[in-house]
Amino acid sequence: MSEQSNLEKILSSGKFAVTAEIGPPRGADPTEMIELARKIKGSADAFNLTDNQTAIVRLSSIGSAVLLMKEGIEPVIQMTCRDRNRIALQSDLLGASAIGVKNVLCLTGDHHTFGNEKSAKGVFDLDSISLLNTFKNMRDTKKQLSGEELDSAPNIYLGAAENPFATPYEYRAIRMAKKVKAGAQFIQTQAIFDLDWFERWMAEVRKMDLHEKVHILGGVIPVKSAGALRYMKNKVPGMIVPDALIGRMNRAEDKKEEGIQICIEMIERLKQIEGVHGVHIMAVMWEQIVPRLVTDSKLMPRTSV
Amino acid sequence: MIIGERKKVSEIAEMLAGKKKILVSGCRTCVAICMAGGEKEVSELSSALMLISDRDGLGWKMEENVVERQCEKEWVREIDDKIRNADAIVSLACGLGAQTVADMYPEKEVYPGLNTTFLGVPEEQGVWSEKCLACGECIIHTTGGICPVSRCAKSMRNGPCGGSSNGKCEVDPDTDCAWVAIYDRLKLQGRLDMMTDVIEPKDWSKSHSGGRRKIVRKDLLIQPTDSSGKEVVE
Ligand code: SF4
Repeated sequence: MSEQSNLEKILSSGKFAVTAEIGPPRGADPTEMIELARKIKGSADAFNLTDNQTAIVRLSSIGSAVLLMKEGIEPVIQMTCRDRNRIALQSDLLGASAIGVKNVLCLTGDHHTFGNEKSAKGVFDLDSISLLNTFKNMRDTKKQLSGEELDSAPNIYLGAAENPFATPYEYRAIRMAKKVKAGAQFIQTQAIFDLDWFERWMAEVRKMDLHEKVHILGGVIPVKSAGALRYMKNKVPGMIVPDALIGRMNRAEDKKEEGIQICIEMIERLKQIEGVHGVHIMAVMWEQIVPRLVTDSKLMPRTSV
Repeated sequence: MIIGERKKVSEIAEMLAGKKKILVSGCRTCVAICMAGGEKEVSELSSALMLISDRDGLGWKMEENVVERQCEKEWVREIDDKIRNADAIVSLACGLGAQTVADMYPEKEVYPGLNTTFLGVPEEQGVWSEKCLACGECIIHTTGGICPVSRCAKSMRNGPCGGSSNGKCEVDPDTDCAWVAIYDRLKLQGRLDMMTDVIEPKDWSKSHSGGRRKIVRKDLLIQPTDSSGKEVVE
């Protein structure tokens, strides 16, 4: 029952971890997702399965986890507070643990007005921090949120997200400290495009000794065009994209290749930052590129511990 | 106060198909102040409906009136004859006023002329914003006097989400992020330490999630001798 996840073993042994994201399909046929998983398996220590990301209805993260574990993939299931109250969240955690899921990423969730069910009732019974705390207590004290005893505790490695690029900027490291207090054992950050900014944030994190208390994985997104960068800069809340990067992409002849190079450079630099223990690759709709990114940033082979 | 927004005239007209004697009834309290259901709006709606009736030959007979507080029986009783005389009552009060009339005159058809939108305050001429969710357990002393339950799109209790951009909410770039406001306020007050503790989830049982709420103050109850006191004494 207390068997650690691969991700936990790697992080706690001090190795540089790689996680990558897989977006489940918008339908009941998992064939493509499974084929993709077969191709990119082995290029990351664990794969995040998103939970109706940007509030678009998709095959569930737990359902996807069942399918991909059969393919030998270790999942990190994402769970948001947007669509489920504390009853459903706790129940799904027990279910996930029972089928062998060992990593959970606790999120508040993108607001549903971004998605394709805009008339939905947003739940937000808990927030990411109270969700972490609830899961931590379920695991460590065998108690559910109300204080009632569970018959058995879930075995789970707890993660959270943090966004150094959202306001109020001075609060972001403090907020991460709060997540650590609440139970976060690893952190996957929002996608980094402004590395200087990220380094300043990491300096704050180190000042608070947070890098000693939690494993931070820097988030990266490979992009195929300057348009994609501009879109993130202007349309995605909580993102900072320097104009110089957009300019570089604009000037490039082979945009895709440039996007790959930018991402590899980013990973290489993240490896150098004290307190960064891994990288989290969010190749949204371009997951096939993950093995190339990991290989070229000299992070292969991934050894399962 | 309660903020409301009048429904479209065409929508109201559609609800009234087949009716003849129509009473448009406003309220002088909240909805009058937010310019949705007071005297002026009652008369505007009434004239607009009259025009439709004339145009389409519907033969509507319009009657207007505005009560002091439509959510209180005493005030509604003052227009008893007008209500009895009408076969449709369009209430321009909030949902509370409209239901008071509907509950007092169960045989009458009451139509909502406005949508009760939120509990809020006037910010400036023509602008109102939501500031309370009537969640049943006020906590604004812990958040610098700013309510995150109503002013944050996700009712976050532990600080801002990751979508807060330039101090604005991820849901709408024209709306301030409640948690940036709370952070700034607590900073101003030198109380930022209040944002470092892990806050327990909210007890939603005190809100509507716990079922319909009712307050009974035994010290204020009148003995049920009052003939209309059915709802007064539980
Ligand atoms: S941006 Fe601010 S107000 Fe909007 S949902 Fe996030 S925390 Fe709440």
